[in-house]
Amino acid sequence: MLCFANVSTFYGKIQALHDVSLDVRQGEIVTLIGANGAGKSTLLMTLCGTPRAASGSIRFEGEELVGQPTCDIMRKAIAVVPEGRRIFARLTVEENLAMGAFFGSKTEHEEQLDKVLQLFPRLQERYRQRGGTMSGGEQQMLAIGRALMSKPRLLLLDEPSLGLAPIIIQQIFEIIEQLRTDSVTVFLVEQNANRALKLADRGYVLENGHIVMQGSGEELLHDSKVRDAYLGA
Amino acid sequence: MSEIYHFFQQLINGLTVGSTYALIAIGYTMVYGIIGMINFAHGDVYMVGSYVAFIAIVGLSMLGLDALPILMAGALIASIVVTSAYGYSIERIAYRPLRNSNRLIPLISAIGMSIFLQNYVMLAQGSGSKAIPNPIPGEFVIGDSAMNGVIVSYIQIVIFSVTFLAMLGLTLFISRSRLGRACRACAEDLKMANLLGIDTNAIISLTFVIGAALAAVAAVLIGMQYGVITPNIGFLAGIKAFTAAVLGGIGSIPGAMLGGLLLGIAEAFGADLFGDQYKDVVAFSLLILVLLFRPSGILGRPEVEKV
Repeated sequence: MLCFANVSTFYGKIQALHDVSLDVRQGEIVTLIGANGAGKSTLLMTLCGTPRAASGSIRFEGEELVGQPTCDIMRKAIAVVPEGRRIFARLTVEENLAMGAFFGSKTEHEEQLDKVLQLFPRLQERYRQRGGTMSGGEQQMLAIGRALMSKPRLLLLDEPSLGLAPIIIQQIFEIIEQLRTDSVTVFLVEQNANRALKLADRGYVLENGHIVMQGSGEELLHDSKVRDAYLGA
Repeated sequence: MSEIYHFFQQLINGLTVGSTYALIAIGYTMVYGIIGMINFAHGDVYMVGSYVAFIAIVGLSMLGLDALPILMAGALIASIVVTSAYGYSIERIAYRPLRNSNRLIPLISAIGMSIFLQNYVMLAQGSGSKAIPNPIPGEFVIGDSAMNGVIVSYIQIVIFSVTFLAMLGLTLFISRSRLGRACRACAEDLKMANLLGIDTNAIISLTFVIGAALAAVAAVLIGMQYGVITPNIGFLAGIKAFTAAVLGGIGSIPGAMLGGLLLGIAEAFGADLFGDQYKDVVAFSLLILVLLFRPSGILGRPEVEKV
């Protein structure tokens, strides 16, 4: 479904990604783990088109994405929950969700809105409230809800657990798991390697812009190097 | 009694001028809100608008279509259409290629654009002044007599109503429509809006077009009231409107409206107290005071570091 082949990305002269290749197959939950500054977010943003990949190919459902502008890429059944949530703080919950479904038809919009509000009843309670007045966990729910509004087949999540209370993290991960049944493919970038690997079908480990390891979630979870470097055990 | 009349006279004069400042100020504030740049060519876009209105009025009169409603509507429509095209093109030519460079660079480009527009109009229309006829001369008096009452001219009534309608329209567009919502989202987080598939370049163009269209409305109204235009009117009008935008809180549309009205009123009463030649001094002293004591303006939000 999604395929990176030898992708390199630069920030000015600094190379952030070196010949990265990875695959995400239909219906999977795939996670990318790595330390701070390894290039995880860069990888995700390269997929979205900012920054552009300097070389290599990124294909989504067979279509080449490299070279397309961000706004075109994001209209292709791909949705992102970026690092730091980035909800629109001065827009209401309702408006935030509507921004997620900017291009859909009205009936699709309402259908999807029902689904999202069912998934996150808390958003229903806060429907007319401004996004910025909510707690971190609620904002994260809003960010995920907003992404789901476009009815994506591929959902990109960048550190959804960052800075949240354990109980909220629990909820968020349960919801990610639930998405699988809705046939949404999930690509999850996480520092919380333990949880991410437990949830994921497969995982990749990114170090200084290189993919250094890959395997099923189970394998990586029990790999001694991964345990030393990322699980602190 | 005459003191009350006098007060209301100044208030009405101030509100008239202020509402046109507000119209121009919206262009500054919307562009700043979305790309964080002061479009210093905006005053000259306003000037172009007044020349287009002048040409339209002369053209229509020459064709014999000099009925009052045709003249007013023709001037307004021609000015809005042509000036919007200028706003759009200026952004495309002078700002978009510089989008990702240092913040100072588009600013210099804007100043260059301003100088270019002034000289271009001077070449095309001559550097002397042109007269725009007031299509609805006349006034009425509230009170005993012109000496002891409030004089309101018909053009002032037109200025109030057109400005009010334009602002109402803009407010509804921004707060209710789908595109307006996208504008607000872009003003808050341009990159995130882009990640939701919004064509942010189109939204940026749209803000330039709206700003230019409102400046054109102001240009037609002020042109008709004062009757004289020159290629240099953009500078002072622009800097006054910029002051209004800062006073209200740059980036905030209601702020620009409020700032414009307040600045107009302050000028009118300042001129009354200190003499007409001190009008601009009052306006810019107000700017300095606001920058010293409330740099984010009346309705502005203090700059918060985005995380």
